[in-house]
Amino acid sequence: MNLDLLSDPLFLWPCLTGLVFALLLPLCGAYLRLRGEWLAALSYAQMAAAGSLSAAALALPLVLGGPAAAFLAAAVKNAFEEAAEATRGAAYAMLLLAGWGTAVLLAANLPLAERLGHALFDGQLYFTDRSHFLAALGAFAVAVPLLRWLSRPLLLSHFYPDFYRARGRSSRRLHLAFDLVVAGVLALATTSVGVMAAFALVFIPPLAAAPWARSWRAALWLGALLGGLAHLLAFALALVLDQPFGPVLALLLVLLGAASALLARGFPRIAA
Amino acid sequence: MPTASAHPLLSVAALVAGYGRPVVGPVDFTLARGEVLGLAGPNGSGKSTLLSVLAGAGRRFAGSVDLAPGVEISWQTQRQPAVAGIPLNGRELLALTGASAAGLPPWLAARLEERLDRLSGGQLQFLHLWACLQAPADVILLDEPTNNLDPQGVAALGAAIAARAAAGAGIVLVSHDDDFVAAACQRVVRLPGGQRP
Repeated sequence: MNLDLLSDPLFLWPCLTGLVFALLLPLCGAYLRLRGEWLAALSYAQMAAAGSLSAAALALPLVLGGPAAAFLAAAVKNAFEEAAEATRGAAYAMLLLAGWGTAVLLAANLPLAERLGHALFDGQLYFTDRSHFLAALGAFAVAVPLLRWLSRPLLLSHFYPDFYRARGRSSRRLHLAFDLVVAGVLALATTSVGVMAAFALVFIPPLAAAPWARSWRAALWLGALLGGLAHLLAFALALVLDQPFGPVLALLLVLLGAASALLARGFPRIAA
Repeated sequence: MPTASAHPLLSVAALVAGYGRPVVGPVDFTLARGEVLGLAGPNGSGKSTLLSVLAGAGRRFAGSVDLAPGVEISWQTQRQPAVAGIPLNGRELLALTGASAAGLPPWLAARLEERLDRLSGGQLQFLHLWACLQAPADVILLDEPTNNLDPQGVAALGAAIAARAAAGAGIVLVSHDDDFVAAACQRVVRLPGGQRP
C-alpha cells in the first residue's frame, strides 16, 4: 500500500474522522488527568464497544448503541460514587470489566458482532465513512464549547473544592455534565477509531504535553497538536506497512509519551 | 475604613457545631462590613469546624447562622491541592476565583506566569490565600492563613487583609498564632480549649 490511497474515499474518510477525534480526545484527557480519572476513558470506550456490538446484534444503528452505553456508564459511575464516596474509582474497573465481558461474549456468539468486534478492538476503521466524519465534526462542534464552558468550574472545583461548595455550587452536577460530554465523545470515537486507539488519544497526548506547557491553555493546544500529528503519522505508517491502525497509533503514542518523560527528566531547564 | 453597618453581614447566635457530634459552642458573634474578626483558641477547640459551618459545610446542632441577603462567601481552608505535573500558572489560578493580581507583593507578582509546581511552598500558599482573599466576596473565611509563610509573607498577608477589609469585606480569621490575630483583627472571639466531653 502507499500514500496515494489517501485520495481514495475508503481511506480518506477514516483519516479525516480520526483526525477530528485526535484533536478532540486530548482535550477531554487533560481534564480527566486533572481529576485522576484517566481510567474512566478506558471504561467508557469499552462500554461504548459493548453498546455498539449490542446494537449490531439487535439490528439497531451502531451510532446509537455506543453513545447509549457510554452515557449509561457515566450515569452509573456518578450514582456509584454518590452512594459510596470511599470507593471512588471502583466504578471504572467494574464498568470496564462489564463492557469487556459483554463485548467479547457478543463477538464470540454472533457472526456480525464478531466482524465488528475485530474492527473495534483492532482499530481497523473498516466501518468509517462520510457519516462518521460528519458525526465526528458534530461531536467536535458540540464538545469544544461545552468543555470551554466547563473548564473554569472543573479547575475551580479541583483546586478549591471548599470555595466552590461555599458558593452554593454542586460539584456532583458539574462532574456528571463533564462525564456525559466525555462519554459521548469517547463513544463516537470508539466506534470510529477503536477502543484502545481512543483510549491512547485520551491518555497520552495530555501526559506528553504537560511537562512542556507553561499554562493550562498551552497544554490543551499542545496536547491536541500532538494527538493530531501522531494520528496522521500512524495512519500513514499503517497504510505504508499494511498494518492495523489502532496498534500502530497506540505504540507511536507510547513512544511519544516515553520520549517526553525522558526529555523532561534529562533537560529540566527546557521543560516549562 | 467603611463604618460598620447597622445590619451585619453575618450573625451567629448560640451556635453549637460539629460533624458527627458537637465540637464547639455555644458561640455568639456578628460580623460587619470592613471588620476583621478573629477566632482564637488552642488546637481542638473547634475553630476550623466553626468556619466550615459558616460556609455551609459542617453540621449545626443548635443555634443559628444568618447571612445578609445576597452575601457571597469566599472560604480558604487548610487543604492544599496537589499541583505537581499540572500545567497551570499563577495568573490562571487567580482567574479561577476571579481574584485580581493588582496589589500582589512584587516577589510573587514577578512569578505569576510560572507554573504552580515551580513555586516554593510559601509562594504557593500565599497565592492560594490571595486567590481566596481577593475573590469577589462579601464574607471571607480564612483558616490558619499564616501556615507555611515566612515573616515577609505574614507581613504581606496582614497588609492584604487590612486592605480587603478597608474595601468593604467582612473577614473571619482562624489562627493559632495569637500575635497575628492580635495584629490583624479588630475583635477576637476566644473559644474554650479541648474537645467537648
